[in-house]
Amino acid sequence: MSLLKYESQQREPLVDGNKDYHQVTEDIISPIEMKPGRLWYIGFYISVALLMFGVYSIYREVTYGIGQWNLNKTIGWGWDITNFVWWVGIGHAGTLISAILLLFRQGWRTGVNRAAEAMTIFAVICAGQFPIWHMGRVWMAFFVLPYPNTRGPLWVNFNSPLLWDVFAISTYFTVSLLFWYSGLLPDFATVRDRAKTKFRKMMYGIAAFGWTGSTKHWQRFESLSLVLAGLSTPLVLSVHTIVSFDFATSVVPGWHTTIFPPYFVAGAIFSGFAMVQTLLIIVRKVLSLQDYITIGHIEAMNKVIVLTGSIVGIAYLTELFIAWYGQNPYEIHAFFQNRGNIFSPYGWSYYLMMFCNVVSPQLFWSKKLRRNVTVTFFMSIIVNVGMWYERFVIIVTSVYRDFLPSSWSTYYSPSIYEIGFYLGTFGLFFTCFFFFAKYFPVIAVAEIKSILKTSGENYKVKMSSIEKADAEKFYIEEVEHAH
Amino acid sequence: MSGIKKFVVGSFDDEEVLFPAVKNVRKAGYKIHDVYTPFPVHGLDHAMGLRETSIHTAGFIYAITGTTTALTFISWVFTKDWPLNIGGKPHFALPAWIPITFELTVLFSAVGMVLTFCYLCQLSPFVKKHHFSPRSTDDHFVMVIECTDKTNDLEVQEFLQNAGAKEINVQVAETGWWLGRYDKEQQLYREELGY
Repeated sequence: MSLLKYESQQREPLVDGNKDYHQVTEDIISPIEMKPGRLWYIGFYISVALLMFGVYSIYREVTYGIGQWNLNKTIGWGWDITNFVWWVGIGHAGTLISAILLLFRQGWRTGVNRAAEAMTIFAVICAGQFPIWHMGRVWMAFFVLPYPNTRGPLWVNFNSPLLWDVFAISTYFTVSLLFWYSGLLPDFATVRDRAKTKFRKMMYGIAAFGWTGSTKHWQRFESLSLVLAGLSTPLVLSVHTIVSFDFATSVVPGWHTTIFPPYFVAGAIFSGFAMVQTLLIIVRKVLSLQDYITIGHIEAMNKVIVLTGSIVGIAYLTELFIAWYGQNPYEIHAFFQNRGNIFSPYGWSYYLMMFCNVVSPQLFWSKKLRRNVTVTFFMSIIVNVGMWYERFVIIVTSVYRDFLPSSWSTYYSPSIYEIGFYLGTFGLFFTCFFFFAKYFPVIAVAEIKSILKTSGENYKVKMSSIEKADAEKFYIEEVEHAH
Repeated sequence: MSGIKKFVVGSFDDEEVLFPAVKNVRKAGYKIHDVYTPFPVHGLDHAMGLRETSIHTAGFIYAITGTTTALTFISWVFTKDWPLNIGGKPHFALPAWIPITFELTVLFSAVGMVLTFCYLCQLSPFVKKHHFSPRSTDDHFVMVIECTDKTNDLEVQEFLQNAGAKEINVQVAETGWWLGRYDKEQQLYREELGY
């Protein structure tokens, strides 16, 4: 036996158990072929109910106007834009995992990339709802597109960050969708070729686009994924950079900071990975995929969480330092009165954010906690609460006390329809995700097969015994051959 | 180029047996129609003597198309068609256009490449293709050898048997665009290159 690629035997296996190629197919595809369990139905119906409430909230908002929300003249952006930035942030982990980790040749991404990319797409769909419905007259939404019109033609303002957002989010959605779907083709073909019922064969046949697995097609496929990864890497960084420009290019104290782009991107990766953890810890349990999404995978993602959480922490402190160092009275007011003063009306949210995002992830310096599924699960939720508050702090505490004390508005609290809209996007997200978990291969089958012989447990064990017996011979026969 | 053709199909269950088999089949002068694998087997394209793909070059061309589209369109709008005075700032505000230019570069490149990929590989929702073995998307590596008038298919079958194929059969398929034509793609076997 000779290796096609050498990987150190010291590394933890990425696929546990004694698997061959057929077993991999069986493990990942068979949940699609079975009837969904009771838990699936309960989860799905709860999601649909939430979605319905969201639809009703949007109906109220469209019929009676933005006044259905508790926004006012001072706080023109409240929950709505907070939720938008939060969902977009969550939508960053999928592309990061599939693109950046592909370029860095990180084998562990194969276990989690499919679900993470799906999460990205659903999160971006949810995010997109907020600016669209916030327009109020949503039937005019097409005005954001530069099309030849009878008003001049009066074009959109290409110099405006809000328009950059339109382009960034729609490009990000399209490219993520293409990347995700092109990766799904071979796996849909796998489902199609083992389908027992005619209907399933037909549906997955349509979805698989007639994929055969020809060598030439694989060659093009690999080239395509590599280039798409190369394109997505700057894209994913650009999207949250541009979202941060919505704030950074304004002149509002608290928003007008040059640190925003890197700080937002780090925060996006941080919250995105937390959401991936939340979802995958449930998925691996419900679909019994512990062999593919191993503790090693969870640990690797926790390492990313502690890194990006700490970057976010440094950004918070830098902001405070610069506010003091710049000695601009309005900046100092925004940072040390509106936020840093715990007795100010929203001071509690600033400290909640600090605790969730900066203090709590530091637990993951401990290897034992990093590898603990329960701790990870709770931590992932804490991180996402913290990241929601980060956006809330940035948006609301920067504007609620502006330059004119007579227009200060200290008691902004969301209306039921504002909350309902947010819950509705949860409904949308989880409805999509439940659908995905039932009908799609949640793990990239072909990619797992391609790393099986270098990173599968049984191959690792086999190789390490050969290596132990005669390291020199092993090196000459296997390692040199592989390179 | 339609017509009925005969193929000898050999299924392997291990890519490490497949590699020497591909080499030997090519050495013996048989024409490999294609090898169908459940996942991308690295180096198999070289072993089969396939040319490198140039889909990334297409991606680059789409990318610069996106860049020029964005830049020419925005500058036409803001300097010629409707010059808007925004706080007395220059009409030709190049730095402010970088985000949209970048996004369109990526968008054109990604969409163009995926469409090109689908076109080249003949992938589309309702396409029907001849499938030599359903296990080629599961756990088998399926080598398909094309028979000409002179080929003795029994000999090919025996050859595949010796090369380690687990299942061997002969199939007849109507040729057409969906079968693909790699004879132009394939390069001759050369000993000195070692594949």
